[in-house]
Amino acid sequence: MFVSYKWLEDYVDLSDITPDELAEKITRSGIEVEGVEVPSKGIENVVIGHVLSCEKHPEADKLNICKVDVGEEEPVQIICGAANVGKGQKVAVAKVGAVLPGDFKIKKAKLRGEASNGMICSLQELGIEGKLVPKEFSEGIFNFPKDAIVGEDALQALALDDSILELGLTPNRADAMSMLGVAYEAGAILDRPVKLPDLEYKMHSDEASSLVTVEVEAEDQNPVYLAKVIRNIKIGPSPQWMQSRLIASGIRPHNNVVDITNYVLLEYGQPLHAFDLDKLKTNKILVRLAHEGEKIETLDDTVRELKSHHLVITNGEEPVAIAGVMGGANSEVTDSTTSVLIESAYFAPSAIRQASKDHGLRSEASSRFEKGVDPNRVKPAAERAAQLLTLYAQGEVLTGTAAHDKMDKSEKQISITLEKINRVLGMSLTAEEVLDLFRRLQIEAAANQGTIHVSAPTRRGDLLIEEDLIEEAARLYGYDHIPMTLPVHETNPGGLSPRQNKRRLIRQVLEGAGLMQAVTYSLTNDAEAKEFALDVRQPVKLLMPMSEERSNLRLSIVPQLLESVSYNLARQHDSIAYYESGSVFLNEQGSDLPREDEHLAGAITGLWQFHAWQGEKKPVDFYVLKGILDALWERLGISDRIRYEKGKEDQLHPGRTAAIFFNGEKIGFLGQVHPSKEKEMDLKETYVFEVKLEAIYNYQPDALAYKAIPRYPSITRDIALVVESSVLGGELERIIKDAGGTLLKSVKLFDLYEGDRLEEGMKSLAFSLVYMDPSRTLTDEEVVKAHDRVLQAVQEKASAKLRG
Amino acid sequence: MEEKLKQLHQEASEKVKQSTELKELNEVRVAYLGKKGPITEVLKGMGKLSAEERPKMGALANEVRDSIASAIESKQQALEAAAIEKKLEQETIDVTLPGLPVKVGTHHPLTSVIEEIEDLFISMGYKIEEGPEVEKDYYNFEALNLPKGHPARDMQDSFYITEDILLRTHTSPVQARTMERHGGKGPVKIICPGKVYRRDNDDATHSHQFMQIEGLVVDENIRMSDLKGTLNLFAKKLFGEEREIRLRPSFFPFTEPSVEMDISCKICGGKGCSVCKGTGWIEILGAGMVHPNVLEMAGFDSEKYTGFAFGMGPERIAMLKYGIDDIRHYYTNDYRFLTQFGRAEFN
Ligand SMILES: [Zn+2]
Repeated sequence: MFVSYKWLEDYVDLSDITPDELAEKITRSGIEVEGVEVPSKGIENVVIGHVLSCEKHPEADKLNICKVDVGEEEPVQIICGAANVGKGQKVAVAKVGAVLPGDFKIKKAKLRGEASNGMICSLQELGIEGKLVPKEFSEGIFNFPKDAIVGEDALQALALDDSILELGLTPNRADAMSMLGVAYEAGAILDRPVKLPDLEYKMHSDEASSLVTVEVEAEDQNPVYLAKVIRNIKIGPSPQWMQSRLIASGIRPHNNVVDITNYVLLEYGQPLHAFDLDKLKTNKILVRLAHEGEKIETLDDTVRELKSHHLVITNGEEPVAIAGVMGGANSEVTDSTTSVLIESAYFAPSAIRQASKDHGLRSEASSRFEKGVDPNRVKPAAERAAQLLTLYAQGEVLTGTAAHDKMDKSEKQISITLEKINRVLGMSLTAEEVLDLFRRLQIEAAANQGTIHVSAPTRRGDLLIEEDLIEEAARLYGYDHIPMTLPVHETNPGGLSPRQNKRRLIRQVLEGAGLMQAVTYSLTNDAEAKEFALDVRQPVKLLMPMSEERSNLRLSIVPQLLESVSYNLARQHDSIAYYESGSVFLNEQGSDLPREDEHLAGAITGLWQFHAWQGEKKPVDFYVLKGILDALWERLGISDRIRYEKGKEDQLHPGRTAAIFFNGEKIGFLGQVHPSKEKEMDLKETYVFEVKLEAIYNYQPDALAYKAIPRYPSITRDIALVVESSVLGGELERIIKDAGGTLLKSVKLFDLYEGDRLEEGMKSLAFSLVYMDPSRTLTDEEVVKAHDRVLQAVQEKASAKLRG
Repeated sequence: MEEKLKQLHQEASEKVKQSTELKELNEVRVAYLGKKGPITEVLKGMGKLSAEERPKMGALANEVRDSIASAIESKQQALEAAAIEKKLEQETIDVTLPGLPVKVGTHHPLTSVIEEIEDLFISMGYKIEEGPEVEKDYYNFEALNLPKGHPARDMQDSFYITEDILLRTHTSPVQARTMERHGGKGPVKIICPGKVYRRDNDDATHSHQFMQIEGLVVDENIRMSDLKGTLNLFAKKLFGEEREIRLRPSFFPFTEPSVEMDISCKICGGKGCSVCKGTGWIEILGAGMVHPNVLEMAGFDSEKYTGFAFGMGPERIAMLKYGIDDIRHYYTNDYRFLTQFGRAEFN
């Protein structure tokens, strides 16, 4: 909502307060003023001129040589290129030395040999938005009315020397969508009275209701409909001050009738519509729901099809307007119109919201009806329009209105105890103070034995419950006066849940191990949504995505991490290590919400270690990432429950993929991105993992307990086993552990050999086995016995031979 | 004989002194103290001496030998020390060359901000609550006093999955769910962080996905002054002791009264600058007293219970704290961006 400071002065005395001060006060007490614009800022020295003569430039078709009286001794010669310039016009002249928006300075010039001492301006050149310039001047220079005084300041005549406050209205403050509403607000803030427009005017003795009938079928959607009838009007431009106020408010002037309806809309917040009474043909208004498929051509020359829930205004036969949204072309006010019917009505917000949405039409009118107009302004607004039509369109207003009125216009009664006001605010206001606040708001209130009774005016449709009154009083009293306290109540310890603690531990461990935390988008495209998915299913899709790129919820984190890797590679950063944890979204049969699983994923590429001057350079590989994960399992206390097996994933290298198992259940994968995928995304060798965290979060490891440090020596035996290449090291290790019994304390692989010194298809794995008994010194015999069992087992189960 | 011993002593001392290497010194030792050395020779000739002179000469000979041995010993120590010193000097390295890099990852800046806020409120007795990112329309809107057709729904255009399921547009549904779980009994004292989604085109100041962190306290006798005091504490902890706060009236469907909180601008100290658009104040968060409809829908008696809620955007907080100028930086994971937040802050 744009509020002209000068216009506001009609209703409230602002003589001792600047626009900026007013803006600050309004912001502090209720409505955010997003900006204060001075339209004439940066414009100087533009006056009203009289075009004394206007002739074609001999050397240029499109230029005119004008002699213009600018109120000085001699007229000035100005070359003007506007097609609509002509002798006798009153125009805006930027004199030599003038400044126009954009720091455009007017200097003496010569155009094709002719001197030009100034410029005749269009409104656009004076900084007015093209869409707000009246149509007749939109392609050329602006003309003042004939009675404009030569030599006067043109900016003043156009009321550009104003300040426009831009209000950022929250949905509850629909009351401030009118100048009167803003006046009440300013009046309350400044504690000053509000001067309402004087609605006196001369009426014709004929009754409107004897000429026109109004009937409403759809009373729920339209409880009140008033029609004023005005005859013998003369269509023409509205007065300059009115046009200026419309422009300042963001509405383009048209003609006096349309401008007056718009002016009243801005002043009262009550949208009006003017029908050409003669074109209405039947002298009848019937408001009803549309017939399904019924058609109407609206003012924007569009034929629109209606649905049965759309409210229409008809002449009893055919629709003449979509109620509250847009008028019909068949009853439009034009230059030849002589009689008009002015509609002032209350339409149900929900009906207008739906219609405006269905037709894709939002207007100054619909945006006000949508929020609910003031039932008690329907009539005054109609009277105000009638008054202005007598003044500025020489109209003859018929007495009274043709009306259908079943509207409840009573004020809502709300009561609240002073104790509650103070209890909620943490303050100690007195009843007198509270009553004084409502007096300033011009809201009727009375106190009776600690209870405040408030009669909420219909112009303030947002005041419904006790809390609304608390806010109303507090915001006007000033939030600065609320003290600062802390809740006084039983205090429970705060803290993180075990799950939240684990999440933070995971961050610590992975970051300590060198991975950077990434955050990527949950929404992705069709292709990426399914890639690397641990649970393969149809991704959850948006009903109406903004783009294909963000149309599915992710099933895996890895694809977006790879996007981030690729982003960095393209920016010359080639060693990258990321992790991310977050939700993936799984469609779930029989559940209305998808399942959200928290996953942990990572991606590494480039060099892991690089110490240039010592020549140490270790590229990332599978085992780097596996080592990090193993450290994580260790810190989470689940190492003994994790198992890796050879795995298979579509987007991973078939020979370099592990499936990760926790408590015997597959929870994730680890592997190299498939080289064809790497190529597709322009990646270098990249290793990724993704695991589900749910089972890990839910697992509670045994409580930590100290185990005595062994007092007896251990005995170490190294063995090198030759096996077929396909035998997995982890498998062999498990066989050894199972066979070694309780004395075998640890098994560690310390060498892997595949080469010339072995038969083809064979490899040698060397393990270091540590035997120990915590309670005594082991004898050689015992160790030999256990060790023999190990050798026998590996031979039987893996055809392993001791390497000679 | 005495002459001879004295001469030997002097000779040996001189040679010890002149030795510059251990090997040389050892030769001196063998030459003078060895079994075939001159002192042994002298002692062998003792037999020719008188019984009176013998002990006297014996003592003198021993004295000379001990003296030479001790001289050799101390010279040896000196030479050894010099040798070590020389070796150490040869082993000298350039301590200014770069060390072996240790890879260290860091929190994403949004995580840092969220954890800092979480920890601050945990210290005041709050618990952290989470909820689904895909939500029912009921929890995202209706339970928060935003019934279908409410004009304020326009304020936050959302991503729907079905007519009744959508990506949450704020973390407030977690508040609704938590209150509901409490079954009408206070106190509720929670912080809800998480991702939220809105239909916005991504640009420098908009993101279709972003973070939110909200707080909620519901109990008997929770006052608006408690909200103000809590926010004041929060603002001073997060932005610095010298920051002032102010509340401005605002509107949210789920709170009444509703406010927006500004903090005094750090850049200009409140005088007005480009960062605060000349106002001296910077908008930080929205808050208010929980709307009675919201309390009632979650099963709380709104005559008995009151509450306050507040919510803010970690993106914006991090932007203000660190001077980040483009919201898209948070989601591209550019290393040149992320690595800037590796340094810990101690406030
Ligand atoms: Zn500032």
